[in-house]
Amino acid sequence: MRQYILKRLLLMIPTLFGVAVLIFFLLRVVPGDIVELKYAGTGSYAPKEALARERAQLGLDKPIWQQFVSWIWGIVRLDFGTSMWTGQPITHEIAIRLELSIELALMATFAAVLISIPLGALAAVKQDTWIDYFVRIFSIAGLSIPSFWLGIVIILTFIIYFRWLPPLTFTPFWVDPKANLSQLIWPALAVGYRYSAVATRMTRSAMLEVLREDYVRTARAKGLWERAVVIRHALKNALLPVITVIGLEFAFLVGGLVVTEQVFNLNGIGKLFVEAISQRDYTMVQSLVLLTSFVFIFVNFLVDLINAYLDPRIRYR
Amino acid sequence: MKLLIEIRTKAIIAPILALILITPYVFGAQQESPRTGGELVFAVGGTPPSYDGHRETTFAMLHPIAPHYSTLLRFDPQNYPKIIGDVAESWTISKDALTYTFKIRKGIKFHDGSELSARDVKATYDKLVFPPDGVVSARQATYDLVKKIEAPDANTVVFQMKHLSAAFLANLASPWNFIYKADILAKDPRWYEKNIMGTGPFTFVEYVAGSHWVAKKNPNYYMKGRPYLDGFKAVIIRDTAPRVAAVRSGQALIEFRGFNPAARDDIVKTAGSQVVVQESPWACNLTVAINNEKKPFDDVRVRRALTLAIDRWGASKALSQISLMKYVGGLLRPGYELATPEVELTKLVGFGKNIEASRKEARRLLKEAGVPEGFSFTLKNRNVREPYEVTGVYVIDQWRQIGLNVNHVQQEEGPYFNDYRQGNYDAGIDFACDFMDEPDLQLFKFVSSEKSPINYSRYNDSVLDDLYEKQTRMTDPKERSKVIRQFEKRVLDEKAYQFHVLWWQRIVPHWSKLKGWKITSSHYVNQDLRDVWIAQ
Repeated sequence: MRQYILKRLLLMIPTLFGVAVLIFFLLRVVPGDIVELKYAGTGSYAPKEALARERAQLGLDKPIWQQFVSWIWGIVRLDFGTSMWTGQPITHEIAIRLELSIELALMATFAAVLISIPLGALAAVKQDTWIDYFVRIFSIAGLSIPSFWLGIVIILTFIIYFRWLPPLTFTPFWVDPKANLSQLIWPALAVGYRYSAVATRMTRSAMLEVLREDYVRTARAKGLWERAVVIRHALKNALLPVITVIGLEFAFLVGGLVVTEQVFNLNGIGKLFVEAISQRDYTMVQSLVLLTSFVFIFVNFLVDLINAYLDPRIRYR
Repeated sequence: MKLLIEIRTKAIIAPILALILITPYVFGAQQESPRTGGELVFAVGGTPPSYDGHRETTFAMLHPIAPHYSTLLRFDPQNYPKIIGDVAESWTISKDALTYTFKIRKGIKFHDGSELSARDVKATYDKLVFPPDGVVSARQATYDLVKKIEAPDANTVVFQMKHLSAAFLANLASPWNFIYKADILAKDPRWYEKNIMGTGPFTFVEYVAGSHWVAKKNPNYYMKGRPYLDGFKAVIIRDTAPRVAAVRSGQALIEFRGFNPAARDDIVKTAGSQVVVQESPWACNLTVAINNEKKPFDDVRVRRALTLAIDRWGASKALSQISLMKYVGGLLRPGYELATPEVELTKLVGFGKNIEASRKEARRLLKEAGVPEGFSFTLKNRNVREPYEVTGVYVIDQWRQIGLNVNHVQQEEGPYFNDYRQGNYDAGIDFACDFMDEPDLQLFKFVSSEKSPINYSRYNDSVLDDLYEKQTRMTDPKERSKVIRQFEKRVLDEKAYQFHVLWWQRIVPHWSKLKGWKITSSHYVNQDLRDVWIAQ
């Protein structure tokens, strides 16, 4: 087990290196110049000398291979450098947004799990009854409605009917739980609804499959209570694919809530991502891609561990 | 006749409505005495790149950071474009207009308690005009006429010029030219990129990148009794919808740059009489840039046909209802003292009011140029709805009416500028936004491409360059105006190298309890918030 964990952790290094190489060179291929965007992008005029000085300051006057080596060497030393747009350390820029993004992802996941597992299991147990139909409609609606649209509806409802909006700026939970929740609960619900829809459908179909297994029939034949059959025998085994889906969705939420963050004006990683790309802030985009890749790889790794724990048939090799 | 009556009715009703809208604001402000206290929360549509006004060009830096600083001169917030002193108490100009001497106010203190002197002003302008190695000054070219800057004593600063300049004084009122502390600059000329230390009405409290900027009142501000506010919080809201929502809900009292008519109407509809709307012409415009090197655009007849086909007066009526586009004007903003009056403007190609006659002439020119059936080309544009997309769609429709088939390609900013810079386009929607009305700024886009990095139309014209240089050195407005007219006629009419579509309207709806702020034609000036106060 320990060897397996170590091996998986070590495998992350070449994967992340591959991502680093890919994103570094892909960004250089995309047309656009951060220096030009900084000045011409505002409709203002800056002399050529100023543009040249700015390029030199950012190291963009050096050959590409030199820029790459210098960046990779920084990463090896855990120095992600500074944002080309703001000049602030990248770790600082990301850290102040990561707290919000992780909290939002956790809240959305919590909401999704809370809704999806009971509903999915119930729908499977009560297959083809009105309960099942209701759950199916509820989950299909969740899949069909984009989170950002739901977010816009929530915001407009608040403004038009209550003349109220969630707080404009983020307050950490430990500073003021009320302010924190009143800001994040709405986007968490908007995102959690779609997320729960995916997980509900997965839970339902996995449960339907498991409920037809021989060991479930055996459990029932033994005279076990139906609740014990469903929860201990069926649900536990049906959760394997559900956990994989939940894990991947969580990883996506950490950096992928671009539009929802824009709609609710949340200062999260997704919004930073979009800004950095549109500003051609190379160092920031590179670091964010590495971060999200790391989150994906790490969450996948955790999901594999949980699956192995839940299903003893899975062996580490 | 019916149309005429309708237009006349609208012409009468519009000013009355405007008066009704603005009256409570104006008279309210006069009757009420300013109240001290309170925190102003306002929205900003972008993130400041660095904190250094000398190197940045975006309002996103200026709106939260300008209140921390003083400038040498400034535009009178109540009487733009009148110039008044800020740290300069008074000034004199030598008879040959080559020496400007400024007396610096005594008793101005930096936020760390140290006293401001002429040495700080000199160090600031030395950084702006002669930036040391590794330091970026976006305004270096503006001051290339400055020979040297001296501080003969603690309260006097002297600028020696290489040649005359009509715009020099106004350029010293630039809101970007924050006065920095000489000692700090001596130690690290880039210190101000990440730190704040000024003499302005507000001191720095906190900045959370991408979220908000907080400041509090400077108790030692040199103007007694100012600022009125206890502080302010600038909330960064990049996207328009949540920014409008923030003002609609009253969480932000204002967004100083402004909104389009639809957003204004939404805010007014929600907040009713609790909101007032200030409107003004804006020193921003959209231009049709033409790649003069590409066929058939290298033919002046084709370019003239393109400008002739656009009904600007119709555009003004139609687009102003749905977008920021509003005013028909030449190279200078309509309403500015040196701008071409309407009577003269309508004589320029493309600015006439009889659009049918203009289009007939456009078709004749196309025939003469050998493309009687028209031709196809691409219009490149930013992928920003307001006002770019709206304008792109409008001009394409106008060109279609003279037989041209135009493909609208909207691009993200990166590829958009890249294509412009490399000449990889036929025609495009270009833009300009300046901090003040000044021919030096507005005409610079139209001098030869080899001289002006913001002229993407790829032409060189020594006649224009000479006219530009001539007008910049003329201190008599009447004489200068004549040269500007020649310049304008050559750009827009004789050569039709590139041409404006419309100038923008600035619309700022804000909560009526916010007082003491007056709209100007630029969203860059009047942002130090020292006169702003909040009524109960």
